[in-house]
Amino acid sequence: MAPRVRVASVTHGDEVKMTIPGSELEIHEAAVPVEDDAVVKVAGRSPTQLAIARFRADKLSMISFVLSVLIVLCAIAAPILVALGVLNPNEPHQNLLSDDGVLPQGAFGGVSWDHPLGVDPGLGRDLLSRLMLAISSSLAIALTGTVITVIIGSILGIVAGFSGGLIDATIGRIIDLTLSFPQTMMLLAMAAPTVQLLRNDVGDLPGLGFLGKADLANGVFVIGILAVFGWPPVARVVRGQVLSIREREFIEAARLFGASRRRLYFREVLPNVWAPVLVYLTLLVPAYISAEAAFNFLNVGIKPPTPTLGNILAHSKDYTSGDPTYFFLPGFLLALIVVVFNLVGDGARDALDPKSHR
Amino acid sequence: MLAYVIRRVFAGVIMLIVMSIVTFALFFASPIDQESFICGKNCSAAQKKETAAAMGYDDSFINQWSDFAKGVVAGRDFPDDPKLRETAPQTIVRCEAPCLGYSRERGDTVTNLIKDTFPVSFSLAVAAFVLWMAGGILFGVLAALKKGMLIDRGVVGLSLIGFAFPTFFVGLLLYKFVAIQWGLTEIPRYTSIAEGGIGGWLSGLTLPAITLCLFFMAAYVRMTRSYVIESFQEDYVRTARAKGLPERTVTFKHALRAALTPIVTMAGLDFAGLMGGAIITESVFNYPGMGKLAVLASTDFDLPTTVGLVILLAGFVIAANIVVDLLYAVIDPRVRLG
Repeated sequence: MAPRVRVASVTHGDEVKMTIPGSELEIHEAAVPVEDDAVVKVAGRSPTQLAIARFRADKLSMISFVLSVLIVLCAIAAPILVALGVLNPNEPHQNLLSDDGVLPQGAFGGVSWDHPLGVDPGLGRDLLSRLMLAISSSLAIALTGTVITVIIGSILGIVAGFSGGLIDATIGRIIDLTLSFPQTMMLLAMAAPTVQLLRNDVGDLPGLGFLGKADLANGVFVIGILAVFGWPPVARVVRGQVLSIREREFIEAARLFGASRRRLYFREVLPNVWAPVLVYLTLLVPAYISAEAAFNFLNVGIKPPTPTLGNILAHSKDYTSGDPTYFFLPGFLLALIVVVFNLVGDGARDALDPKSHR
Repeated sequence: MLAYVIRRVFAGVIMLIVMSIVTFALFFASPIDQESFICGKNCSAAQKKETAAAMGYDDSFINQWSDFAKGVVAGRDFPDDPKLRETAPQTIVRCEAPCLGYSRERGDTVTNLIKDTFPVSFSLAVAAFVLWMAGGILFGVLAALKKGMLIDRGVVGLSLIGFAFPTFFVGLLLYKFVAIQWGLTEIPRYTSIAEGGIGGWLSGLTLPAITLCLFFMAAYVRMTRSYVIESFQEDYVRTARAKGLPERTVTFKHALRAALTPIVTMAGLDFAGLMGGAIITESVFNYPGMGKLAVLASTDFDLPTTVGLVILLAGFVIAANIVVDLLYAVIDPRVRLG
């Protein structure tokens, strides 16, 4: 079961313990000179401000944060640049391929001024354009999948932790049940029929931006599988947090005021569990980017001509000896993205939980 | 203790029953029609119906499930047709209990298919498991001891990089470059112990096991590291140091032992998941294991094989959960089962 989505960093098993110190006060000595009537002004900083300050103090986190922003910007810019005609991910250049029309001419996969990363074997499409657009689609899948996973996980986690009793037990059993399914096998077995079903149902929808009709159905399937099998750990983490929060005084106060269940869940509890959820979110994105690639290796997911990091890599596996640049480049790009997002997640965890051990 | 085991096994069996019903509902009662995939693109409605009847998909899923359950307990015949039994008994395949179904595509019972492929997947899982547990715990403890120092950062960083490359990329790199192009090792091929002895078995397993272990190792290094650092701050570690125990005893007998509990939990579940076949690694190295079988079954819509594999694998995971909980009591003397 190789590509079972795995989040690299595990702090405390399933339960990511995380508490934000409620009342950390820091004296701003430099800003406030002590005057004669000697009222020492104390500037309070919110836990969020403290966390941000801690995050900024860590060089590695900041570097990876800047890099991750660049990656996201690149993902946003790529479809626009394609629309403007600057990038041409689908224009073939047969003239740049060798005589047999397969491998690119020239060193390193046909690197030139026009094609800084060379062209792909087979059709001779510009690799830079394809990789940039691939980041967009891979990131879109990973982000959508993450958001849906976190929403399902948080809601079920809050409900389970807060209600307790039978509801808690039922959700616990559903979690066990979900975790006992072999994800990859289900993915393989359900892919073709489900995508067909989706295409029949959403067939009339226009493509979305650079995504065609078939891409939409394939993408929805991948996101669905990621979310359906990804939510249990999130729910467990959130449930653990909620168990301690529900005994606090402010919940009791809200109950006394006659707050509705929904208000208790979403207005009182939710804002207090966002820290571990945020950390999990940043760690899920890279895990899902890898998962998308792994799925594509098994021939499930968005298919060419629309590029994703996964389908470029899956295509490149046939050219490992003929055009190694084409094999290594997407692989290293994918690894870089995964490392960068993971480091941001680690940094966020350490910043939000000063007690965690780096 | 015994009462606990019985209760857990009972709960596990119920879980497995529910899980298999859900699986049947997903494959046979959902709007997904598998028969149109078996029968092909230009398939008329009548042909589709015929296919469904031939495969038994026209029956309600609950009936199909109870046939399956009966097969697991008592075995069943394929096809289960009393008329055929009289006229042409040689065409009937007897599938002994525990029967997980019969694959028309492969012309064999699923149980036999699994018997053939299981040793391959199991060997790979064991080899990878030994590598990643040894590596993960060793490097994790090393990083914890040198916390904040260059070695620590190096170990954690390298394991993250190992994790960042997709499994199939690492696998292809090892297979196509290290083994084929550069010829540094023999081309990995599964050799059973009976066939090539322990040496042949191991050398065939090396590269796939390394591929698989890299994916798991990062998490184990980090987890070991963070738990060992945590338990170093416990009072009993201070006590152990104060009474003059050598540092090595303190590290491995006191600090690591407490850290092992959560590691064993995850290890048990990961190993159980792997026993059902490392789909990607087996595909890359062309290993004839259960993962490869799952890929083949999905490409030709061999539903009985898929369903059999899914349910068997779920059984492994559920069983591993129970074993892990029992192991707790052995590892951590503070745990009482009840």
